[in-house]
Amino acid sequence: MKQEMVDRIKNDPDFIHLVKTRSKFAWTLTIVMLVIYFGFVLTIAFDPSILGTPLSAGSVTTVGIPVGVGVILSAFILTGIYTRRANGEFDELTAKIKSKAKGE
Amino acid sequence: MKALLLALFSVAAFAGEALSGAVEKQPLNMSAIIMFLIFVGATLGITYWAAKRTKTAKDFYTAGGGITGFQNGMAIAGDYMSAASFLGISALVYGKGYDGLIYSIGFLVGWPIILFMVAEQLRNLGKYTFADVASYRLQQTPIRTLAAFGSIVTVILYLIAQMVGAGKLIQLLFGLDYEIAVILVGVLMILYVTFGGMLATTWVQIIKAFLLLSGATFMAIAVMAHYNFNFETLFATAVQIKETASIMAPGKLVSDPISAISLGIALMFGTAGLPHILMRFFTVSDAKEARKSVFYATGFIGYFYILTFIIGFGAIVMVFQNPQYLDLAKQAVDGGYPILGGDNMAAIHLSHAVGGDFFLGFISAVAFATILAVVSGLTLAGASAISHDLYASVIRKGKADGMMEMKVSKVATVVLGIIAIYLGIAFEEQNIAFMVGLAFAIAASANFPILFLSMYWSKLTTRGALLGGSLGLLTAAVLVVLGPTVWVDVLKNAEAIFPYKYPALFSVSAAFIGIWFFSITDKSENSKKEIEAFEAQNIRSQTGIGAEGAVEH
Repeated sequence: MKQEMVDRIKNDPDFIHLVKTRSKFAWTLTIVMLVIYFGFVLTIAFDPSILGTPLSAGSVTTVGIPVGVGVILSAFILTGIYTRRANGEFDELTAKIKSKAKGE
Repeated sequence: MKALLLALFSVAAFAGEALSGAVEKQPLNMSAIIMFLIFVGATLGITYWAAKRTKTAKDFYTAGGGITGFQNGMAIAGDYMSAASFLGISALVYGKGYDGLIYSIGFLVGWPIILFMVAEQLRNLGKYTFADVASYRLQQTPIRTLAAFGSIVTVILYLIAQMVGAGKLIQLLFGLDYEIAVILVGVLMILYVTFGGMLATTWVQIIKAFLLLSGATFMAIAVMAHYNFNFETLFATAVQIKETASIMAPGKLVSDPISAISLGIALMFGTAGLPHILMRFFTVSDAKEARKSVFYATGFIGYFYILTFIIGFGAIVMVFQNPQYLDLAKQAVDGGYPILGGDNMAAIHLSHAVGGDFFLGFISAVAFATILAVVSGLTLAGASAISHDLYASVIRKGKADGMMEMKVSKVATVVLGIIAIYLGIAFEEQNIAFMVGLAFAIAASANFPILFLSMYWSKLTTRGALLGGSLGLLTAAVLVVLGPTVWVDVLKNAEAIFPYKYPALFSVSAAFIGIWFFSITDKSENSKKEIEAFEAQNIRSQTGIGAEGAVEH
């Protein structure tokens, strides 16, 4: 990539906007995932009995079952949320930056 | 009882990935062998088809970059769902209940992080291997060498674990000799990779993922159908049979916060540093497909772990204490209810309990196919590190001819295959439970920090990456050796020098701090150029301008 093109793209407001919004979005989702997972394992490490509580009086199923399955589902849902926004909004913005970089 | 405890302990130590312990050879299983032969025939057919389409180095390494996001997601899942994770995690659930779920979740949560942090950047910057990205603006020779070394070590450790698991599993399932099983796996893997390259490897992964998911779905549905699809009834029956409600709550798997965090870091960053996984992102055409790949892969893998949880409980209610699967000889000595072939066979016995001999044959064949697919992906990644990073970039300084590079890659595949067969046989009687753990620790402590910082930190320099990455690698290796899995379990010392089973928290920190320190104190001329080059790299990383495209066939 030529320096001239680098300078042009890096000063493109769309590029600045893309990098800023996407990084913020990606970091937010990363932190959500880390909080969910480490919240889960640290709960187990500090007090395993919380997840061992029965769901309702007399049931064998414990709170841990829906929580564990919930962690699995959250991972899938978070990837879905990111992919949807990135493949739509962010890719449109990228296409705009690219065509400007080529066109001008 | 002591033997049982020991067996359970080794299961907990990354045995989700590594089958270990002594097994007995079983009688020849004909329906399994026939179904396996059909699989081998079909995959060799695909290899022949792929070989005709594999003409250039790009075809060989990345299947021409034309795999779709859905296909790649399936192939990634195929790479990740090893036979040992299928049998090992269901065995862990079978033995300890809820702990199996905790363990499997750790293997899943790395995927969202890969998507948010590295997937599209990797696709935009790289060509064939993750070292392309790590060395993008740094000096080729030292960084490629370190990255290739990290890749090859990870691949070989993982391969040994898979080969030993394969030999034992095939002994159990098919009644073949251990050596024959290992040689068979090695030879088929060499054929797929040398002739069919990434295209054949990808389709072997896809077919295997489909078969494994179908088989596991059938088993889970068959189990649930017995209990009118009511989980409460299934769990209640399991608790009644096991005579303890402890299987419904967290047990001893995660006991102290340091281990919990360290295991989490090893699994998350380790997954994001496995060369055979990272390589899969170069098989799709662009960042859009790379993202879709992770989305589908996370779905398939998550679904698979939910299935293995149901299968584990299914095995408790249908296999545990079932006289048909009881190992009477072992019971006479140790008491309890040991099953034939050990806990790792829980899912296999369950397949017989729900679907008879035919379905047992099917699941056995799928387990074998699974091993083949995983070792093929690993070998291809190892061979690429040798040919693309070491041969083409370090030895020939980027001036290698594509055809020659591909030839080197094929020779490397054959050599790696032979090494894998040799080490697979050499390690038959060894305790290899630590190997996958070590592979993840090294991937997390050397490969991932360099890759991640090369993408995000403009001040990274060659010196920082080289010294910090090496520090991470060494710390991981030394702490694993001094820790309980090697110092006590393998070397038979009374007490571990380093108390934690998973060193990642310490070794990953060492790598990041090392890279940071040796980069900011690097005042060389070269480092200034490397920092300046970040801007252009970042634009390509963010937008894909200048990225490798797909080729038309």
